[in-house]
Amino acid sequence: MASARTTTPPVRRRPGADFAERLNLPYMDGVLMGGTLGLIVFGLFTLGVATTNDIPGDPLHFVVRQAAYCIIGLVLLFALARIDYSRFRELRVGIYSLMVASITIVLMFGAAARGSRRRIELPFFGFQPSEFGKVLLIVALSAFVIERVRRGSDVRRTIRILILGLAPTALIFLQPDLGTAIVFGVITLAALFISGTKWTHFAAMGAVAAILAVMALVVAPAVGVPLLRGYQKERLTSFLHPSNDPSNSSYQINQALIAVGAGGKTGRGGQATQTDLDFLPERHTDFIFAVIGERFGFAGAALVLSLYALLVWRALRIMKMSKNLYGTLIAGGIAAMLMFQVFVNIGVNIGIMPVTGVTLPLLSYGGSSVIATLLAIGLLQSIHVQSQLNPPSRARPLLI
Amino acid sequence: MYLLEEETEGEERRSPMSMRIAVLTGLAIFMFSVIFFRLWYLQVLSGDRYLARAQDNQLQEVRDQGPRGEILDSQGNVMVGNKLGMALEVLPDNLPSQTGQRRQELSTLARVAGLDLAGIRKALAGQDPTITGGKVIVKRNLSPDEIYYLREHQASFPGVEIDRVFSRTYPDGDLAAQLFGSAGQVSKEQLGMSRFSGLKQGDVVGQSGVEYEYDRYLRGGIGDTKIPIDASGRPTGNPTVTPAQPGDNVRLTIDPSVQATGEAALGSFGLPGAFVAMDIKTGAIIAMGSRPTYDPSFFTRPFTTARFKALFSSAASEAPLVNRAISGAYPTGSVFKPITATAALQGGLLTPQTQVFDGGTLKVDVLTLHNAKNAVFGSLDMTNALRVSSDIFFYKLGLKAPAKGSGGLIQDWARQLGLGSQTGIDLPNEAPGLIPNPAWRDKLYAEHKTDRPWTVGDNINLSVGQGDLQADPLQMAVAYSTLANGGDVVVPHVVDRVEDVTGRVLQEVRPQVKRHVNIDPANRQAILNGLHGAAMSPGGTSYPVFGNFPIQIMGKTGTAQRAPHPDQAWYVAAAPFGNPRIVVAATVERGGFGVDTAAPIVEQILADYFNVKPGAPAVNPSVTTTE
Repeated sequence: MASARTTTPPVRRRPGADFAERLNLPYMDGVLMGGTLGLIVFGLFTLGVATTNDIPGDPLHFVVRQAAYCIIGLVLLFALARIDYSRFRELRVGIYSLMVASITIVLMFGAAARGSRRRIELPFFGFQPSEFGKVLLIVALSAFVIERVRRGSDVRRTIRILILGLAPTALIFLQPDLGTAIVFGVITLAALFISGTKWTHFAAMGAVAAILAVMALVVAPAVGVPLLRGYQKERLTSFLHPSNDPSNSSYQINQALIAVGAGGKTGRGGQATQTDLDFLPERHTDFIFAVIGERFGFAGAALVLSLYALLVWRALRIMKMSKNLYGTLIAGGIAAMLMFQVFVNIGVNIGIMPVTGVTLPLLSYGGSSVIATLLAIGLLQSIHVQSQLNPPSRARPLLI
Repeated sequence: MYLLEEETEGEERRSPMSMRIAVLTGLAIFMFSVIFFRLWYLQVLSGDRYLARAQDNQLQEVRDQGPRGEILDSQGNVMVGNKLGMALEVLPDNLPSQTGQRRQELSTLARVAGLDLAGIRKALAGQDPTITGGKVIVKRNLSPDEIYYLREHQASFPGVEIDRVFSRTYPDGDLAAQLFGSAGQVSKEQLGMSRFSGLKQGDVVGQSGVEYEYDRYLRGGIGDTKIPIDASGRPTGNPTVTPAQPGDNVRLTIDPSVQATGEAALGSFGLPGAFVAMDIKTGAIIAMGSRPTYDPSFFTRPFTTARFKALFSSAASEAPLVNRAISGAYPTGSVFKPITATAALQGGLLTPQTQVFDGGTLKVDVLTLHNAKNAVFGSLDMTNALRVSSDIFFYKLGLKAPAKGSGGLIQDWARQLGLGSQTGIDLPNEAPGLIPNPAWRDKLYAEHKTDRPWTVGDNINLSVGQGDLQADPLQMAVAYSTLANGGDVVVPHVVDRVEDVTGRVLQEVRPQVKRHVNIDPANRQAILNGLHGAAMSPGGTSYPVFGNFPIQIMGKTGTAQRAPHPDQAWYVAAAPFGNPRIVVAATVERGGFGVDTAAPIVEQILADYFNVKPGAPAVNPSVTTTE
């Protein structure tokens, strides 16, 4: 591939090759695809066993829906893989506006669930713009980063990107959805980091963040302006002392921890009680990993972990392979997003992170989350395909 | 912007970007390692500990039992119903753990609720220690004053609750008490039995009678509320509620009027005894009673052991809980004679026409046997022998009838006709009874449990229903109905059908025939004629009672010797003669001659059943009669 300069792929003739060719299948990352499908299948199976008794008379309620979301997501993934992601650069303002607008609409008109507005209810399904917003933010922010690379001073660029990233973050924080807000923040930081922001800027950001944190947690409440809601503060701190806190979030952490631990080496299978007898709420969404841990034990948990490692490895590899900086930035953002969500979600399930409400990509039940994740993987495939078709030249990244 | 700067420098263009990617990669490796080793620690190293915690995680169950099904008579009237009461319950787990406080609370509670402390302690001690969250009912039907007081002072009574509880009502008082039986909390031993699987301490189940036999219908679905609790018993989630289902109703075959008449007639003698009236074709029990009896509502109230003993298990109480109609093991006296007659005729010892001379005595070895009242009857055929109940006639048959090993002519026929084993009625605790035979007696002798081996005297005793024979009124009713219906050994039943609360039939009890016994019609007719004559023609043993009875019946008296007790009276009848529908058996312990006590009871029952007035007593011609 190093010297192939043509955009016309080598001629191959075998049955179905035309169709595969049109889908760019030969240029897609097979390992990434395998890992994705592996997680989807494992996720559907786990969802099936975890929710058999949730809705009387409809044991496959969640499985059928999740499978439908997966199929929609996979179709979009293949569609995205056919498109050259580089075109999105020109649409950055539109994409960014769409994201901010949808989040704002949700904030104003969305359906409230448990005291927070996160979803828009459409006739057949409700969707959660903040999940898609993650992917849109990666695509738009990466484009802005490259824009700023061309002009402006270091400090101004850093500040501009920060503002662009933190504005939607703040909107999501207001929903309130602390977990997704943090993911947005992580995506912003990743964009800055990959684009080569100086370490001194990160140090400055850290200092400002520390001051803000002290303000939010200590000063503001002291003067009567609570910024974090009670349950958010509780969630963030309860994991530090799980056994002496009777409140709900500590209960969940405790139950999840017991569930995962009780799974042992090979799992409890049908004997699973923690995740079967309603001890653990939200077991099909945020605590699906506890179900895996209890049912399939260390063997199952390690398998899931390896599949995620596979995804992250391929994302990092695609970062390097990308034909341009834009692809590198997008792949990096996706890698950071996946890493963060996997680490935080599993971390909650195994008692090393606070409960923040971050979904486990491809495994947690939920259409928006699954489809958004598959869109992100579609972007990775698009970057991979484009790198195969247009191998990077020395000059290209410069010109972009 | 070093990206721009570096990019132009060829070889080094990629290094800063590669460095940042490497940092990201390092971060990824770090994160995955943290998760991996944490999982390793949780699942592989500490898996057992967490497994124990998972198993310790529990659901607290609050059980709620709906009303038991009602027990109805054959016409649908409620014989056993329900009433809702407020019950005082103690949850031992929630009582103060300190002995002094505990004692203080319980004694205050006893005073407030008008109970005795020992009774409460005993009730608590009976609780299954392996079941947490169990509750013990210490009093049902709290008065409003008691409820107000306890509710107001709830805080001073930790571990004490007031809950709605259904208890049984008995509109007819002690009528058919043993037949219905009682319902009570499931015992520790019962929890291990398959018929009570899925139950928990505190659940109420049938303990005897119909309540026991049909418990799975009557019990209904026990509702529960499961509350997930943490290790310290705090609720930690939403409860899941399964509502209680009322039990299904059981409709008996019992005719309430015949039942009441029978019990009144039996009760009028003030002696222990029992009766049973049964449809001879279907085995449906029309009435069944046993004396002494008891007030079944006793079991719906908390009681002390001392009181229970005084009422139910002291010698003076004469075991009122026992249903003598199915569990009494008595010799039957002469009511056994038709069985001997069947065996002798079918076994070819004689024909219906064979005349046997009754000279009033029979010498067997050194012993001389006499008829009762030293009567002398002269030449008799089978029909007349049954009519006058000649002992000598049947002694001779007993002497002639072969008996060897565990069988014998009379023994085998008695067994065929339903004696010596349970009839299979749908009631618990049925006694099998005993048909004595050489092998049985010789075994006892070999084990030094009796003074002599089997002799022909035992067979002679058996031929007239004396000696070691043990049977109950129900078995005799089955034997007589077999003779009367032409050979069908029916399986008696007291339940006609099971209905749901709306009266829809869920299950019907189908009449069953255990086996058919072939009896030569001529032989059968000779016996039935004898039984007819015994009741209806002058000289018959029960002619004084039935001589003027408006319905032609067949009946046989019996007087069983139960040394050291006074004689036990028996009477078994089938009616009407020619086309019998009903068989009635009655026995009265210490009742003397059958004609004096047992026959009048049967007469009352038949009069009620056929809705006729019993005729005036008839006077037998002055010939010497025997039982």
